Order: sequence, then structure tokens, then C-alpha cells
Amino acid sequence: MLSKKEKQLIREIWERLTPVAEDIGADALLRMFASYPGTKTYFSHLDIGPGSAHLSSHGKKIVLAIAEGAKDISQLTVTLAPLQTLHAYQLRIDPTNFKLLSHCLLVTLACYMGEGFTPEAHAAIDKFLSAFSAVLAEKYR
Amino acid sequence: MVEWTEQERSIITNIFGNLDYEDVGSKALSRCLIVYPWTQRYFASFGNLYNAEAIKTNPNIAAHGTKVLHGLDRAVKNMDNIKATYAELSVLHSEKLHVDPDNFKLLADCLTIVIAAKLGSAFSPEIQATFQKFLAVVVSALGRQYH
Repeated sequence: MLSKKEKQLIREIWERLTPVAEDIGADALLRMFASYPGTKTYFSHLDIGPGSAHLSSHGKKIVLAIAEGAKDISQLTVTLAPLQTLHAYQLRIDPTNFKLLSHCLLVTLACYMGEGFTPEAHAAIDKFLSAFSAVLAEKYR
Repeated sequence: MVEWTEQERSIITNIFGNLDYEDVGSKALSRCLIVYPWTQRYFASFGNLYNAEAIKTNPNIAAHGTKVLHGLDRAVKNMDNIKATYAELSVLHSEKLHVDPDNFKLLADCLTIVIAAKLGSAFSPEIQATFQKFLAVVVSALGRQYH
């Protein structure tokens, strides 16, 4: 459950992350690959080494999609409809991995925002990413 | 038995060697109680946990967070036998404190995030992976004696 205050906080934070989407996204992905090597199996067709162009563009895509969802959380199902289809029928990423990336995004945000990543911000974004992941997996079955 | 490389051992000793236990311990526990409010069930006798501000300034929580963090020192000193090192504490958490072992992971995640906020970019993906491996072993050992 997200309060109005939390939704606003989430919107503001992701708006600030949009200009650095590439860095945030690539960092979170690198953390995920380092801590959870099984996640690399979904990227055998890309170069995911640190600094690679694929990593940056892919990280950017993910962060921008999350930022888009953050703009109007009540409309997540509408905003994510095309991505729902993509993940369910083409990518077919096991949804447990969404939790792993979400956790790594939180760590990236902590490193990036330092003390600014308050417990309140952490709670709000954790809840948002859970909701986002749940909506993303809705068309799986 | 868990295998640790020389690099992993030095990463762990470095993190704990440079740790401000009072600051990090209290922040990690209060963050856990704020981000995962159901964990407050174990702290009914600790005083005012009414809202985030109250939790952040609660001296009992701060003291307890420091205590818990110091509890990890045993694992740092006995990395080759964390399972045996925590056998007694595991029994305590199960038989006396009745803590759901799923909660250990929640606190571990909050600790990771507090340290990440402190170290910034110095908390690299490799260091994060090693730290999380260490915490996973601790969490597993603490849950081992439940039956």
C-alpha cells in the first residue's frame, strides 16, 4: 500500500534518476550479475562486461521504464501492458529474478544517494518495485 | 564447508575493521523496523515505535542494533566454522526469542543497504557479492537449529 506522500516521493526520486539512467541501470545490472551469477544466463547474447555499450543501453532501458511507471503508479497495468507481453511471451524471465534486480537497484540507489536514501525512501521504493514486478509478471500465466 | 578466497576474507575483515558499530548497527535495525514493519512484533517491550521518527530516535533500538552487529564479530573471527559458532545463538533465537528465521534475511538486506549508503561507490559489485555471501552464511547458521 502506497500513501500519497510515498507516491510523490517515488515520482520525484525516479525523475532525478532519469538523466543518469544509463549509470544507474548499468550499475544495478553489474551488481546483480556479481551477486547472482544465474541471472547472467539471460544475457548470453550480449556483452555485459563493465563499461560495455550493451550494458549501458540495457540498463538505461530498464531504468527509464521504471521511471515511466513511477509517473503514475495507479496506471501501472496500462503503462506496462506492452512490457507485460514482452516478458511473458518472449523474454520469459523467471519472476524470482525481478526480486534480485529490485534488491540491486536499492543498493545502487543507496550508493548513489548516501544518507539521502532514507528508510522512508527505501520503504516506498521497495514497495513500488514489488508492485512493478508483480504487474510485469501478470501475463505469465 | 564454505570456501573463502583470500580476497573474500580480506574484504570481510576490512568492512568490519572500519565499521562504526553504533551508527551502522542502530541504522540497520531501525531501517528494518521501518521498511518491514511486521518485524516490530519482536520489539513490543522496546518503547515507542509509533512512526519512523520514533523508531529512528529510540535508544533501546539503537542499543540493540549495536549489540546485534557486534554479534557478527564472532563470524568474522571464525569464518571457517560459522555454523558451529552460531549453534547456541540459533537455539536462542528459536527456543527463547521465537524469531521467524525469514526475518534474518530482512535485517541482512537492510545492513547491506546501510553499508552501501556509507561507502558509496566504494561498495563495488564484487564487495557487495562477498558481503552478501558472508551474510547468507550467517543467516543460514542462525536458522540451522530450528526444529
